[in-house]
Amino acid sequence: MGHDEHESGDMNIRAIVLATFVAVVVGVVPGRDAEPAERIEVRIGTEGAYPPFNYTDEGGELKGFDIDIANALCEAMQVECKFVTSAWNSIIPGLLRKKYDAIIASMSITEQRKLIVDFTDKYYQTGGHFVAKKGSAVEISREGLRGKVIGTQRSTTHQEYLLDNFQDVATVKIYDTQEHVNLDLFSGRLDAALADTLVLLEWVKRDAPDFELVGQPISDPKWYGDGIGIAVRKEDTDLRDRFNKALAQILADGTYQKINYKYFPFNIY
Amino acid sequence: MDFSIISDNIGLYLNGLVITVELVVTALVLGLMIAVPLALMRTSRNPFIWGPVWLFIYVFRGTPLLVQLYVIYYGFGQFAAVRESFLWPYLKEAYVCALIAFALNTAAYTAEILRGAIEATFHGEVEAAKACGMSRSMMLRRIILPSAFRRALPAYSNEVIFMLHGSAIASVITILDITGVARLINSRFYSPYEAFIAAALFYMALTFLIVWGFKLWEKRWHAHLHPRQQ
Repeated sequence: MGHDEHESGDMNIRAIVLATFVAVVVGVVPGRDAEPAERIEVRIGTEGAYPPFNYTDEGGELKGFDIDIANALCEAMQVECKFVTSAWNSIIPGLLRKKYDAIIASMSITEQRKLIVDFTDKYYQTGGHFVAKKGSAVEISREGLRGKVIGTQRSTTHQEYLLDNFQDVATVKIYDTQEHVNLDLFSGRLDAALADTLVLLEWVKRDAPDFELVGQPISDPKWYGDGIGIAVRKEDTDLRDRFNKALAQILADGTYQKINYKYFPFNIY
Repeated sequence: MDFSIISDNIGLYLNGLVITVELVVTALVLGLMIAVPLALMRTSRNPFIWGPVWLFIYVFRGTPLLVQLYVIYYGFGQFAAVRESFLWPYLKEAYVCALIAFALNTAAYTAEILRGAIEATFHGEVEAAKACGMSRSMMLRRIILPSAFRRALPAYSNEVIFMLHGSAIASVITILDITGVARLINSRFYSPYEAFIAAALFYMALTFLIVWGFKLWEKRWHAHLHPRQQ
């Protein structure tokens, strides 16, 4: 999804602090042994810094759509889920070094990642959306955006989409973080911006009532991959198959839909 | 390693080179123009003259260039009064914001270099000028400033190189200078080594030109310090 491998360093530090915190909290919680034995433990790697998908609340507890889905899948697989947080930049290396067995962290299934890890089927689908000031009447087409200034975040699927499709007609400005894109939307330096649909919906709702999503959702697999999947090590084909089976199960029995509508007012599968 | 990424995108790098050179040269010229009067004011004995200059230098040397750039670009843009003023068409442009930050920053450092050089003027020179009946402004033009510029030259060459390297942060406000292009290439092709080595080579070439230029300049201005040629 949108936040593919950004360079931002503070994200890193935040994730490390979170990881340390979570490790301490989990380490001192008693009564783990009291749970029924014989359940194998599957360690799930996640970022814990990407609301509303995976984040740590004030009490240090991991929450979000990804976490709920992971718990539901583990329940369906009859295994014990154990979460491990990792910085986004090093989340794939952590999987390969066996710090955890699967990544459930809103990771896009892309060709580049498929060279190193295996993915399950998608567990949700997201794409990009343009956002602009209400009433600015920006039309999302090559003609409508001619001469306009469009912003996006560096190292994202959105950056590639904009550069490949609009660079020759519009000015594409690339920012280090989504917050900087938002600042320049507020200041009026940008006529429009492209970012993740679900992240934008949250932003418009919470911080930017003067802005609205414009045009249609963009999810062309050439740029946006095949949806969001669970990454496992290439040799763990058995685990991948079990995840796929569990996924089919929670989609069929309504568990998935319950979690979906807890976070979003529409179907994101 | 695959340097075809660089040769395929050499046009982008050359554009970046032009932007870096333009930005740095303009900032240095503006900075020097601001720095000379500031340095003279700084040597004044009147606290109402040297005080504000001291504060200006203190603020710009006391804060990172990156922070100055953020304040001018994102900070000023926050205020509706700024966005509605006649300055906004200029401040709207990332390039102008970078130019303002760089020019003021180098002005502060250069003023301090020049102040030191002016204060180190040999007393005999000033006394001789006075004895010849020169006015203060003539003394400045003919004696104090030329000799201060000579002394300041080696330190100023450092400032020029620092300004060139400091300009690499322009990419955080979306400018596609040499570093901006390297970061773009890296984020598109996941090839940090090739992308940044290419940028480093451009900076090294520019630094070489600066060092060589200052060497010629010093040779000319410091000719009186060299042994007589046969």
